[in-house]
Amino acid sequence: MTDDLTNLSFEDALAELEAIVRQLEVGQLRLEDAITSYERGAALRQYCQKKLDEAEARVQAIVQRADGTLEAKPMD
Amino acid sequence: MDEQFPDSGPIMGGNTPEFSVSEISGAIRRTLEGTFGRIRVRGEITEFKRYPSGHLYFSLKDEGGKLSSVVWRGTVSRLGLKPENGLEVIATGKISAYGERSSYQMVIDRLEYAGEGALLARIERLRLRLAAEGLFDAGRKRALPFLPRVIGVVTSAQGAVLHDIRTTIARRFPLPVLVWPVPVQGEGAAERIAHAIAGFDAVDGRGSVPRPDVLIVARGGGSLEDLMAFNDEVVLRAVAACHIPLISAVGHETDTTLIDFVSDCRAPTPTAAAEMAVPVRMELEAGLTQREARLRSGLARSLQLARARLDRAAASLPDLPAVVEGARRRLDDRSYRLDLALPTHMRHLRASLRSASDRLPAPQMILALRRADLARVDTACLQAMTAYINRREATLGSLRVPPAVLVSQLRACASRLAGEGGRLASLSPQAVLERGYVLVTDRKGKPLSQAAQARRAAQVVLTFADGKVAARPLPSGEAAQQILDL
Repeated sequence: MTDDLTNLSFEDALAELEAIVRQLEVGQLRLEDAITSYERGAALRQYCQKKLDEAEARVQAIVQRADGTLEAKPMD
Repeated sequence: MDEQFPDSGPIMGGNTPEFSVSEISGAIRRTLEGTFGRIRVRGEITEFKRYPSGHLYFSLKDEGGKLSSVVWRGTVSRLGLKPENGLEVIATGKISAYGERSSYQMVIDRLEYAGEGALLARIERLRLRLAAEGLFDAGRKRALPFLPRVIGVVTSAQGAVLHDIRTTIARRFPLPVLVWPVPVQGEGAAERIAHAIAGFDAVDGRGSVPRPDVLIVARGGGSLEDLMAFNDEVVLRAVAACHIPLISAVGHETDTTLIDFVSDCRAPTPTAAAEMAVPVRMELEAGLTQREARLRSGLARSLQLARARLDRAAASLPDLPAVVEGARRRLDDRSYRLDLALPTHMRHLRASLRSASDRLPAPQMILALRRADLARVDTACLQAMTAYINRREATLGSLRVPPAVLVSQLRACASRLAGEGGRLASLSPQAVLERGYVLVTDRKGKPLSQAAQARRAAQVVLTFADGKVAARPLPSGEAAQQILDL
């Protein structure tokens, strides 16, 4: 289930999660759909959490080599 | 001059000093450079030319004059602005003569905009031109990613701007930052900035350098001239061409440079730009936690609802054994009544038959009744007949005539008869015959009252009072003659 999530942006995943939450809260879903939705929602939440956990402050400076290619070097 | 140096100059030579060309041109050059030294000249750039050698040639002009000018290649980078035609500038340099060509020019080492008004007018012209091209259209603006993976920053490697951006990102949501260091003012700054923007846009992320999904082009506060690189058309076009969403943060909040028009998002400060670029991680996590809780309770609620519906449905489901039992009881009842029905019906029919047969009369009785009726009619008939006869007899009795009446009637009748007899006798042919008449008849007794009849008859009978005589008439001539004879 997480396979099709990797292409999803955090924002889209969050929006879908929100939509699922609202659907579930209205309580109009069929039971089977509700469970499927919940599973999807849980996967989305996990994916979003992972995205948030990936936070890493890494600052690099671009250096242009003589041949025009770029290189990123850590900054102090 | 013509008066002083007429054509006959050599003849009038005398005490007028004589110079060689190089002497005089050198003297003029020294005079010019000595007299004016270092000067500032205000004018509008015209006839601008960049030579392959790297030197810049142009003229400064105003309403009344024109001054040839040159910028040597070595000073171009320190010039302070990029000369272009129509630009109102204050040039700093010195006047120099070029003896070989008998010309003088200004050698410029610094250019400044001629006052803020001129600078703003130039910016405004560019703004109108680019706006007309549609570079500032709202439809061109790209939405910033909600959560970028890599943030590209185009700014000076030194200074507070980069520091502000880095600390803001680290505080809100630590993410990789790629810095493309550029000079942010001075000659060549605009080109370097434009190159950096295009360079980030050209990164495809397949190499060691990841592709940023948002760019921040930033510079701290400064004078209008300091910010001019961000009003440069090269930079503006690079921003417009950039495919990555770009946030501009140039100068202080009150400064507006043209890059703010063309960028996808304008931030008042570098810190604000960083805030726009990344969300706050804590808030996202809190939101995520809250959504998770809602997700759980949503499912729980769904289950609860489903269970409640199931219970309700189960409660209203009918009790099958009871239904069957009821049906069975009804069946028993019906079959019991069915068993009873036929005998009851038979009994009922039989009773009806019996009562009907009870009411049926005996034949003797019917005969007796009929006989009685007959006797009654017979008697009545006899009596009626007797009464009738009696009545008739009575009527007959009342109709008997007395004998005296009859006798008188008889006498009257006898007298009438006698009278009538006499008359009859007087009328009798006998009486006539007695008086002498004869009756002639044929043999058969039929009277012949005419002579013609008698002549035709062969024989006639003559009846007299006392008897009859047969006679034969004569033939008609003879008779007449005989008569005559007679």
